[in-house]
Amino acid sequence: MSKQLHYALFTGCTAKQSTPELLSSTLAVADKLGIKITILEEASCCGASHLQDFDAFLAHVLNARNICYAEKLGLTMITICNTCQLNSAMTKHALDKDPELKARVNEKLAEVGLEYKGTSEIKHFLYTLIDEYGLDNIKEKVTVPLSHLNIAPFYGCHNIRPSELHEDANGHENPYNPTSLDNLIAALEGNPVNYESKNKCCGFHVELQANHTSEVLAGNALLDAVDNAADMMVTPCPLCHLKMDTYQDSISKVMGRDVELPVLHMPQMVALALGCTEKEIGLNFHVQKAKHLYN
Amino acid sequence: MNESKKITLKTFRFNAETDYLPYYKLYEMEVGKDELVLDLLNRIKWEHDGSFSYRRSCRHGICGACAIKVNGKATLACKQNALELVELFGNELVIEPQSKKRAMKDMIIDKQDFWEKHAAVKPYVIADIDARPETESKQTIAQFDNFLDSDLCIQCGACHYSCPALEVNEDYLGPAALNAAYRFTVDTRDEAGKERLEITSKPGIGVWDCVKCFECAEACPKDINPIEKITKLHNLQFEQGVAVSNVATRHAEGFVRSIKKYGFLDEADIVVYSEGYLGMYKHVGTAIKMMKAGKIHWHSGIPFIDSVPKIKNLDEVQKLIEISMTNKL
Repeated sequence: MSKQLHYALFTGCTAKQSTPELLSSTLAVADKLGIKITILEEASCCGASHLQDFDAFLAHVLNARNICYAEKLGLTMITICNTCQLNSAMTKHALDKDPELKARVNEKLAEVGLEYKGTSEIKHFLYTLIDEYGLDNIKEKVTVPLSHLNIAPFYGCHNIRPSELHEDANGHENPYNPTSLDNLIAALEGNPVNYESKNKCCGFHVELQANHTSEVLAGNALLDAVDNAADMMVTPCPLCHLKMDTYQDSISKVMGRDVELPVLHMPQMVALALGCTEKEIGLNFHVQKAKHLYN
Repeated sequence: MNESKKITLKTFRFNAETDYLPYYKLYEMEVGKDELVLDLLNRIKWEHDGSFSYRRSCRHGICGACAIKVNGKATLACKQNALELVELFGNELVIEPQSKKRAMKDMIIDKQDFWEKHAAVKPYVIADIDARPETESKQTIAQFDNFLDSDLCIQCGACHYSCPALEVNEDYLGPAALNAAYRFTVDTRDEAGKERLEITSKPGIGVWDCVKCFECAEACPKDINPIEKITKLHNLQFEQGVAVSNVATRHAEGFVRSIKKYGFLDEADIVVYSEGYLGMYKHVGTAIKMMKAGKIHWHSGIPFIDSVPKIKNLDEVQKLIEISMTNKL
């Protein structure tokens, strides 16, 4: 790399709580690749598309505030959660195309001494790795090729839909036939599993209020991966990870079939191939046993 | 993309009256750069098999009859260029009806569920006005713009049959009906908004069963973005005091409670707050598993009490909530 890449990292809530392995593996990967990361310690919850249901304007104000801190640093804001990406990008999109809304939001932000300008890009870490660091450069850094693994890419809705919102940030990935995660797996010398559910919904967002729907959607995807000989699944979204990893027991009951599949965060998979330490990769934090993947 | 291409159409065939199971037939054809998917359906029927059945009418993207799926992608056959799909999916296009389980004959499906759900939200202006009024019912441009795009729905079913929530829960109203509910609820001439908000807020059938996958936004051939209307219905429930306290509404409103305290969401608290202490029995097993794996952890404090980290400048967030929040549960 001629110039060092430097990003402002919006961690989101999950990486700070139930999936600490996502944060540690992200930082380990960045370190191995020589990417500089500044964590946005001021950033709040994105609303996870639920705060948006309650009060959409408030959600815009809070997301705009987060983006302000990346703008202050003059950096691209990167996310490690699809839903953080969606909600941040949605606010950016809405404010950039609607000056009246932007003015209303800025009126509130002025009360705490901030102003949203629209100068920072917002991009998921997956796409910065591919578009800015480059798959060929990643390939050169692989020390532990994943050639023994059949890996099912699970894209997660909020990175790929609606395409109109994401196309600038995700290299015009087509939601009906996404390829980025497949290409990343191949660059790490793993075998990407081709299966229909790769771009489907995991059901996380209705876990509480429509539990059956949630379990069936996650179960369909997990079993589809299993039936296509997957050894593990990988996802760029910690919410997909939580649904698919934590609930495999109850999903098995709903589906009437045993589901046992390790589900890794995208940076954990990269960290495995780059030879990061077990502590950095943090497979011990998974509910579904995954530690055999260290071998 | 100037040249024609030889492609294969792997086509779903089924006659509910005579076939035990559906099957696929392969049709090869040379496809030109200007041909639409509808042209290919016509060619299957005219050049290969006259019994091939599909709906078509206007050929101008306005009647919604020719909606099908190609390689799983919701497609209005008369609007979609065929070679664009070849570029996306390769030389084999899989031609299927919108919903395989509702197939009657080839591409033709039974849309009864779609129409029933549409009817359930009362998709018409309900107003107690004089049948022969002296003056017109005027609307400002802004009032009209509020529902203009949702009014462009051609009822093709593309969003409805792309919705995974509906695929699992057949009682869910789905994106098309909810879009229609929104369209009439915000029409200033209409007087039944509250009634519609009550219908669409019911657990199990209404907006709270939306899984937030954005399949509907992607599927719509008229760029209506149904999930955006679903979110507006969510907001309207709170604005107009229709929302009753239940697991779903508390889950949405509970985010404010956490964000005020920490800036972050308190992942444990949101479950307790949404479900209520009595509802927590459902989650004990999961909580134990998460604790064993270290997902609910002790390193920053006692779980459920003070283990959530705080963001920097939390006071800004608290102030912004105070001055920006308008809704309440």
